[in-house]
Amino acid sequence: MSTELPVLKANDFASDQDVRWCPGCGDYSILAQMKKMLPDLGLPLEQIVFVSGIGCSSRFPYYMNTYGMHSIHGRAPAVATGLRVARPDLKVFVITGDGDALSIGGNHFIHLLRRNVDVTLVLFNNRIYGLTKGQYSPTSPEGQITKSTPMGAVDHPLNPIRVALAAEATFIARSVDSQVQHLASTLYRAAMHRGTSVVEVYQNCNVFNDGAWDYAKEKAVRADNTLELENGKPLIFGKDRDKGIRLNGFKPEVVDLSSGISQDDLLFHDEKADPIYVQILAGMRYPDFPEPIGVFRDVENDVFEDQVRGQMATATEKKGVGDLNALFNSGDTWVVPETSAAR
Amino acid sequence: MSQDATQVKSAKQVEVVSGITVRLAGDSGDGMQLLGTQLTNTSALLGNDVATFPDFPAEIRAPRGTRAGVSGFQVQFASHEVHTPGDTLDALIAMNPAALITNYEDLTPGGLLIVDEDSFADKDLRLANLQTDPLEEPWIENYRLVKIPITKLTRTAVADLGLSVKESDRCRNFFAMGLVYWLYGRSMDATQRFIKAKFAKLPMVQEANERALQAGWAFGETTELLGQSYQVESATLPPGKYRNIMGNQALAWGLMAAAKLSSKELFYGSYPITPASDILHELCKYKNFGVCTFQAEDEIAAICGAIGAAFGGAMAVTTSSGPGIALKGEAMGLAVMIELPMVIIDVQRGGPSTGLPTKTEQADLLQVLFGRNGEAPLPVIAASSPGDCFDTAIEAWRLAAALMTPVVVLSDGYIANGAEPWAIPDINNIEPIVIEHPSEGSTGDTFLPYARDENLARPWAIPGTKGLMHRVGGLEKQDGTGNVSYDAQNHQRMVNIRAQKVANAARMIPQQEVMGPEKGELLVLSWGGTKGACLTAVSRAQKQGRSVAHCHLRHLNPFPSNLGEILGNYDQVLIPELNSGQLRMLIRARFLVDAQGYNKVQGKPFGVGELLEKIESLTSAGKAGSLSRAAG
Repeated sequence: MSTELPVLKANDFASDQDVRWCPGCGDYSILAQMKKMLPDLGLPLEQIVFVSGIGCSSRFPYYMNTYGMHSIHGRAPAVATGLRVARPDLKVFVITGDGDALSIGGNHFIHLLRRNVDVTLVLFNNRIYGLTKGQYSPTSPEGQITKSTPMGAVDHPLNPIRVALAAEATFIARSVDSQVQHLASTLYRAAMHRGTSVVEVYQNCNVFNDGAWDYAKEKAVRADNTLELENGKPLIFGKDRDKGIRLNGFKPEVVDLSSGISQDDLLFHDEKADPIYVQILAGMRYPDFPEPIGVFRDVENDVFEDQVRGQMATATEKKGVGDLNALFNSGDTWVVPETSAAR
Repeated sequence: MSQDATQVKSAKQVEVVSGITVRLAGDSGDGMQLLGTQLTNTSALLGNDVATFPDFPAEIRAPRGTRAGVSGFQVQFASHEVHTPGDTLDALIAMNPAALITNYEDLTPGGLLIVDEDSFADKDLRLANLQTDPLEEPWIENYRLVKIPITKLTRTAVADLGLSVKESDRCRNFFAMGLVYWLYGRSMDATQRFIKAKFAKLPMVQEANERALQAGWAFGETTELLGQSYQVESATLPPGKYRNIMGNQALAWGLMAAAKLSSKELFYGSYPITPASDILHELCKYKNFGVCTFQAEDEIAAICGAIGAAFGGAMAVTTSSGPGIALKGEAMGLAVMIELPMVIIDVQRGGPSTGLPTKTEQADLLQVLFGRNGEAPLPVIAASSPGDCFDTAIEAWRLAAALMTPVVVLSDGYIANGAEPWAIPDINNIEPIVIEHPSEGSTGDTFLPYARDENLARPWAIPGTKGLMHRVGGLEKQDGTGNVSYDAQNHQRMVNIRAQKVANAARMIPQQEVMGPEKGELLVLSWGGTKGACLTAVSRAQKQGRSVAHCHLRHLNPFPSNLGEILGNYDQVLIPELNSGQLRMLIRARFLVDAQGYNKVQGKPFGVGELLEKIESLTSAGKAGSLSRAAG
C-alpha cells in the first residue's frame, strides 16, 4: 500500500445514531472500550463488519460507523461464517448475549468455534433476558427468581467458557464491563487472534438483574473474588495478593501465601496449556473460588475459510479455471443434424 | 447420428414401434436406479426422446425381498417428442415377487412381463408377504409372461472368475440390462464404457459385469422364449448437440452459469435433505469454477451463511426441501427486509412434516409465498422439466440481482431425479447479468443504502467500499437512510415499497403464452413439474377436436401481466396440481375466476390418461375452438 492510512480515533467509529440502551447499562462501557481499542488494529472503517443477533447487546452494530448487520436471534455466527468465507479480507466481529449465543443460537455458537472461523465474538453475559423484560437465561444461577421463574430457576446454568472449550475454541477470554482497561486490552488481544476468539464479558443489566456481578465488580471485593490471569505468572489474587491457587490432584484449592507456601507451589498460567487446565480454570466459580479474568487460552489451529478457499485454489491449480462449455459438453453427447429435423 | 456405435443387430424379427415404456423393478440393493440411468443414456444416445421416473423407497436398504424395499425406474423412449415417462408399461422387468406384485397393475394388458424365476422360491414369496405364487395366479394370463432363470444364468456366465455367490448375484442387473438392450435394439457401447470406468479399480468385477451384460444380450438372441425384438427410431428433436441431464444437475449447472454470467463467486450454503442433496454433491465437485460450498450445521445456518455471503457481495444460494424451507422462514424474512439478492431453491417432496421424502408433490407453493411472519413478498418461479431447471436457475439470479431480493425457485422430486435430453447451450450466447456495486461518490454526496432505482431496487454497497459504511438489519428501515424507524407512516410506506418492488418483476418476465386456441371451452392452467403430462393431455384432446388450450405458468409471483386477460377467454379453467388446490386458491382470489381443480397427492406424477379423461369430461367432443395456434 502506497497510501498511508489515516490515524483513526475512537470517535471516528461512532455512527450518527443515538445509543438507546437504558441509562447505566453495562453495554455503554463495552461500546466505549471497543471504539477505544479499534484504532489500534490499524484498519480502515470500511474493512470492519459487526454482525449481531437479537437482544439488547445486538443493537451494537447500529452504533458503529462500520459495516454491520443486525441479523436474527442466535444466527449471527452463521451470518459471520458466510461473510468471512466470501470475504476473507474483512475483519468481522460477532456481538451476542447469553440468550442469543447459548440458548437459541447454541448450535451456531459451537459450530463457529469448531470450525475456527476468523471472527471475534463478544458475549455480553448479564444472566438475564433484558430485551424481553426479565426472564431467566441459560446462565442464570439455579434458584434465581425472575419474571418467568417465580419459584426460582430449576435449570442448571451453562458455563460459557466450558462450552467454548468443548467446541475446541482457540481463544477464550473473560472480562468485566466496568474494568475498562482490562476490557479494552482483552478485546484487543481477541481481535489480534487468528481464528475464533471468544470474550465473555460480565455485563450488568441494571434494570432486570442489577448487581448480578457485584462480587466481580465492586471495588471493595473484586480483588478477592476475581483472579487476573497473566501468561507465565502464578495464579495469585486478593487485595493484598496473599492468596494463590494450587492443584490438589485434579482439583484447584485456594492457599494462603502467608502460611509458608511459596509461589513456586502454585499453578502457573499457560495460555497454550492442555484443555484440562482450562477446564480447571473455568470451573473456579464464586463464592468458592476467585473467578479468573483475562485470556484463558490462546492457541493456533487451521482457520475454516483458509481451508475452504485453499481447496478452491488447489482445485484451480490442478484443473485450471473451470470452463463451463467444456463441462456441458463432457460425457456422452450426440448431435441431431439439420436434415434429421427436416424429416 | 454422430456416434459410431457398433449397433447390435438381431437376427430375429424386428418390429419398429414409435415408443416404448419400460419399468425395471427390483430390490433397492439390486441396482435398478443404475440400470434405469444406463437405459436412459443409451436411448438418448440413439437419438430417442426420453423421459424418466425413478421411484425408490426412503430407506437406504429396506429389508431384502420385501415390498417396502422395491425400487423402480421407468423410462419412456420414443421416436417422437415425449414429455412424460408414460402412464402404462409396455414391459415390466421384475427381479423378485415383491417387485412383481407392487408393479404389475401398471403393465398394459398383453404387455411383456419378464421375471427372474430363480427368485420365486417359497422364501421369496414369504418375504413379499404372498401366500401363493403370483406366477400361478389367473391374472398373470393377462400378460405375456417370460420366465427367465436370471440368477442361474448370471452365475454360469461368471462361473470361472472365482467370485462368491453373493458377488456373482450382484451382476444380475447387468444380465437384465443386456436382455433389455437386445429386446429394444440398443447398443451396449455406452454401458460397456460405464462398466470400464466405474469398476476400473476392480478388474474382476468389471469382467463379471461385462460378461453378464453380454450373456443377457446373447440369451435374448438365442432363447425361444422371445420371438422378436423392437426398434425405436431416432426422434425428430430440433437440430443441435444434446446430452442427458437430470433436474438437480441442471439446477447446479444453471447456478454456476448464473455466477459466471454475473462475474460472481458462487456461495452455496446447504444442509443435506432429500431430494435436494444432489445439488450439493454436484456443486462441491466444481471448486475450480469459483464455487464455494458450505455444508452448514443446520438449515438455518445454511441460509444465514448465504445471507452473510450476499452482504459480502457474493452470489448466494441455499437449497432445501419443504421441511428445511420451513426452518429457513425467519431468515428468508430477514433477506426480504435487508433487501439482499439470493436464490432459495425448494425441491418439493411429499408432506406435511417428514412426509414422503423420496416422492414428489407440489404442496409448498403457499409455504414459499406466505410462510413467513409479516408481509414478506418475494418472487417465486417454478421449473417445468429437468432441462428447464438450468434456465430457471439463471432467471432466478437475474431477477434477484436486478431487484435486490431473495427469489424462490420451486422444483420437485419428480424433475429433480428425472432425466431428459438437453440441447447443450453455449455460455457465451447467454445474456450476461450486469451487476454494479456503488463506490464512494457514485451515488451523489450522501450515500443512502435504501435509495431506489427505477425498479425500486436499493444499491448493493459491499463492505470494503470506502465511505459507504452502513448497517442493515431486521428492524424496520427508515425509507432512504435505512436507519431503524418505528414511525407508523414509514412502516406503511416500506411495506408498500417492498410489495411493489416484487410486483415490478412482472416488467422483467415474458408475457404468458398459450398453447392452443385463443378462446374456447377450457383452459388447462398448470405449473411446475406437471407440464409434460398436462401438455400431452391437452395435445391429445386438441387432436380429438376439443376446444381446449394449455397455459403453463413459470412465474407464480408475480404472475405474468397478461394472465388475467387469458383466463377470461375461456368458459372454464382447470388447474391440475399435485396438491389440494394451492394455485387454484391463488387464481380464484386474485382473478375471481371460478377455476376447478384436478388434484392428486399420492407421491406420484400425473398420468396423461387421467388428465385427458378430466378434460374430456369438461369439453364437448369434436368441437374445435377458434383458430388453433400451434406453439409450445
